Amino acid sequence: MAPLVYFQILSAALFVIGLYGVLARRSAVLVVMSIELMLNAVNINLIAAASHLEGQGRFLNFDGHIIAIFVITIAAAEIGLALAIILRMYRNRATVDVDEINLMKW
Amino acid sequence: MSLYLFALLAFLTLAGGLGVVSTRNVVHAALYLLLSLLAVAGIYLILFAEFLALVQVLIYGGAVVIVVLFAIMLTRSSEYPRISDNRQWPLALVAALGLLGVLAAAFLAAPIQITQLQSPDFTALSGSLFTKWAVPFEIASLVLLVALIGAIIIARAGKNER
Repeated sequence: MAPLVYFQILSAALFVIGLYGVLARRSAVLVVMSIELMLNAVNINLIAAASHLEGQGRFLNFDGHIIAIFVITIAAAEIGLALAIILRMYRNRATVDVDEINLMKW
Repeated sequence: MSLYLFALLAFLTLAGGLGVVSTRNVVHAALYLLLSLLAVAGIYLILFAEFLALVQVLIYGGAVVIVVLFAIMLTRSSEYPRISDNRQWPLALVAALGLLGVLAAAFLAAPIQITQLQSPDFTALSGSLFTKWAVPFEIASLVLLVALIGAIIIARAGKNER
């Protein structure tokens, strides 16, 4: 079985890819997709740590899995709201380019 | 055996993620996202978290990617290929690689060498969810309800447009 460190490195790599997407992409839909990648990276970390530490008998309540379920719930709520805002933005400004939505920028 | 499986799934996850952040075509990006999310479900399976894998396939593979595709099609315009990366992408790359270095160093500095896995069955998971975590569970369902009603209200056309 793969040790915990492998899963942690995978999680870090996926998180970093999502971070790059959030910082560098200009299309709002792509930014939202990158946020989903980051949330998934966090979930991998949570579940890997929970499963491995349970296996060692260190905790016996599976909190990591429960928190991962909550993360998935919040991610679903977040993507629904974000895409509604993007549709609204497209209807009002006819663009999904986040660099052009600078009305509130100092 | 499971190490090869892990390597394959990790490769698919990271390849899908890199596809999302590098492709010019937004529909392709959504499909790469689907690949990455399904590979993550496989990762959950080799961690023996079957329920999470099921939820992952249902919610991400089923709902989220479809919603994203709908959003792409409703906002489709000729400008998508033109919108690529912004000017600060080298800075973003430096920030991302720096964070990767820090995280990897932290993980490798204190490796936890456990190879024995233990995961909950449905009974243990739901028992914990509805006793210890009952209040957060109810709050999460309320958050989901409010967020989705809010999404409907935000996305609905106003009186003076169309």
